Order: sequence, then structure tokens, then C-alpha cells
Amino acid sequence: MSSHDHHHDHNHDHEHPRLSELQLRVKALESLLVDKGLVDPAALDVFIDTYETKVGPRNGAQVVAKAWADPKFKAALLADASAAIKSFGFEGRQGEHMVVLENTPKVHNMVVCTLCSCYPWPVLGLPPVWYKSAPYRARAVNDPRGVLADFGTELPGDIEIKVWDSTAELRYLVLPMRPAGTDHLSEDELADLITRNSMIGTEIVTFPAKAQEAAE
Amino acid sequence: MNGAHDMGGMHGFGPVLQEKDEPWFHGEWEKKAFALTLACGGLGQWNIDISRHARENQPPAQYLDNSYYEQWLHGLEVLLVEAGLVTEDELKTGKANGKSNVAALPADRVFKALQQGSPYAREIAEAPAFKPGDKVRVKSMNPPGHTRAPQYVRGHVGEIVMHHGAHVFADASARGEHGVAHHIYNVAFTAEELWGADGQGGAVHLDLWEPYLERAR
Repeated sequence: MSSHDHHHDHNHDHEHPRLSELQLRVKALESLLVDKGLVDPAALDVFIDTYETKVGPRNGAQVVAKAWADPKFKAALLADASAAIKSFGFEGRQGEHMVVLENTPKVHNMVVCTLCSCYPWPVLGLPPVWYKSAPYRARAVNDPRGVLADFGTELPGDIEIKVWDSTAELRYLVLPMRPAGTDHLSEDELADLITRNSMIGTEIVTFPAKAQEAAE
Repeated sequence: MNGAHDMGGMHGFGPVLQEKDEPWFHGEWEKKAFALTLACGGLGQWNIDISRHARENQPPAQYLDNSYYEQWLHGLEVLLVEAGLVTEDELKTGKANGKSNVAALPADRVFKALQQGSPYAREIAEAPAFKPGDKVRVKSMNPPGHTRAPQYVRGHVGEIVMHHGAHVFADASARGEHGVAHHIYNVAFTAEELWGADGQGGAVHLDLWEPYLERAR
């Protein structure tokens, strides 16, 4: 369905214009805060390690795969997302109040935070740069089809697009549609198909998956 | 505040660009800007609304020029000085003038702090003024402080689709008034209502607190 054949090869390896200044500024701040006893250096490593290696979109993919495989769980997830997600042990900061939005053949949901970068950390990890960028924050609400085209996602003209602007402490996770031909797959195999972007709502899930784009 | 952070509906930023094989952090300084912000948040000297306001409260040209973690770094420096945890002079020189009397969040408490998060739901005595199906208009207002009612919905009419109960009210919480909570609703606005003939159909949903809203017909 989605003509996913154009690749996003924009390489952002040009350096930050203030890189060396920022490196020094952060280093100075870190040593100041450690010297003042305001920061435990070991705590910094725990924060970084948690969001580099432990919490990421694989969490959300497990939730979605179970919802696809188990209608009772799906009903519970749609009725009380926070409780259903907590049953996996995914909870806490930036996911205190979860709502799950179900995509259907009639409705496609897409999530944004126009005012800052609100994002459901316990199920998706930290947001990608594009989610926090001005183009996405500006255009998701008034040009959703244009934004979807930037992701190579084309939806039928008669599908209703609902854009969810995360203006408070509710956090939204999109439950994408299960692709056809996946009846024989296990939950783990289903989870392998589910991309981060499909749970934000800028892509749909395809089968077979584009391996390199599945949530890791 | 009507700052550069309030981006919904702005034109001219170009396409959304994805980064291939994007790392969680771009270099050591981003890791540290992130972790220092969370570690200092754990000192309990400010809340998430105060810290959002510290990031957005910048001259628009500076806000738009900053990369993401530069906003965080700016916000953290402002908060540390405002809370009296470090002085301007210490920030400038990088040299500590004695120890703080506020104790660091220890590494062994980080996991628990993240897992607990900070729930925002509150029980309040007032009954909700609106219910799903009601038509509401976002008040015309331009508060100079923190608010979570973006400019693009102010003055527009939408329909309540969910009542989330009562949550801590961001506008008050950003002023340090911790005890204020109001009913909060998910409100759907049609694209035509928001963007007129330039809308693409469909709807935009926002979570809006009761003080932002008035009854519409």
C-alpha cells in the first residue's frame, strides 16, 4: 500500500555549528554540579544507559503485537491503556497517563507535540530528531498528508486523519493496523514488523517488513 | 506565552527529514545535557511545567536557532540559577563556591524515580463543566506566561470527545502553584474549523483544561 520506495538518505553528519562550544559548556556544567554535590556521576550513567539500551520502541511493539494476537488484551488496552501497558512493566516517566489510538480502514491516527516534544517514553523510548523538529511540529496539524508523504506514506483519500497534539500529560500510542498475510506469525514475529514510526502514526506496518526499519 | 515554541500551523520550515541510522544521542554532550537535566530534575526544586517554561522562554530567533538539547541545556542553566542551586558566577567560571545543601539523587534511586514517574491526576471537588459531545470554544487569550493552549486553537470551536478527570493545571504549576488542578478534556477540532479552505479534512485533537474553554453553540 504505502509506496515506501523512496529512501530518506539525508545524512545529517554536518557538525553542529556550536559543537566545540557546547562540549565545553556541558563539561563545565557537569564538573560544577558534581563539585557542588548536586549530581552523582554514577546517576548520569544510569540515565543514559536506561534510554540507550533498556527502554525503546521494542516495548511498544510488544504491546501492539499482543493486541493484534489477543482480542481480550486489545479491548483492555483500548479501555485502560495505562493499566494494560503496565502489565508489561512499562510505566513511569512520560507515560503516566497513556491513551491508545486504534487505526482502522476508516481512521488513521498521527501523534505530535506542537509545543515541545511530549512522547510516550516507556513504550517508545526517547523521540527521534524529526519528531522534535520544527517541520514536523509545524506541519503535522495543518498538512498531515504532506507530512505523511515525507515518510513515503500514502493513504486513501477517504480515510479520515486524526492528529493528536500532546498538549498535556496524556501520552498517545498508535495501534497500527495488522497487515494482511500475518495470521501464521507469532507475537515475537509480529513485533519484528512493527516500526517506531507506525506507533507514532507516520507510517503503516507492512508485511513483509523492511527489516532495517523495524523497531529495535 | 506566544513564543517560537508554539509552532502548530507555521509555514516555511520545509520537509520533515528523517536521519538514517539515527543514534539515541549525537555525541557525548547530548548524553550529558540529557542526563544532567534528569538528574537535576530529581532534586525536586522545580516541576515539568517550570522546566518547559524555562526552555520556551527565549527570544524567538534564539529558540529557532537552537538544536534540541541546546534548549534543554539553556533551560537547565536558567533553572539552576533561579532555584538558587548555583550562582551566575559559578556558571560563568565553572568553579564551585562551596557545596550545596541540596543532596544529589543517588544512582541507586534513578530506576525507581523513572519507574514511578510523576502522576498528574488529582481528585477535585468541582464537578466537570462539560461532557463528551459538548461544543466548546477555546477562549481568546494571550497569557505572557506558560500555557498549553496553542495559538492555533484559540477562538476556535471544537467538540469534547473525552473527559480525562482532573489533572495538575500546567499554567499554574509553571508559576510554582502546585495545588491547582482542573478537569481536562480531549477536544476535537475539524480541519475546516482550524484552517478554513486550506484544511485537508479530518480533525486535530488536543487535551485542554477547563479554564481554557467556554461553552459554544
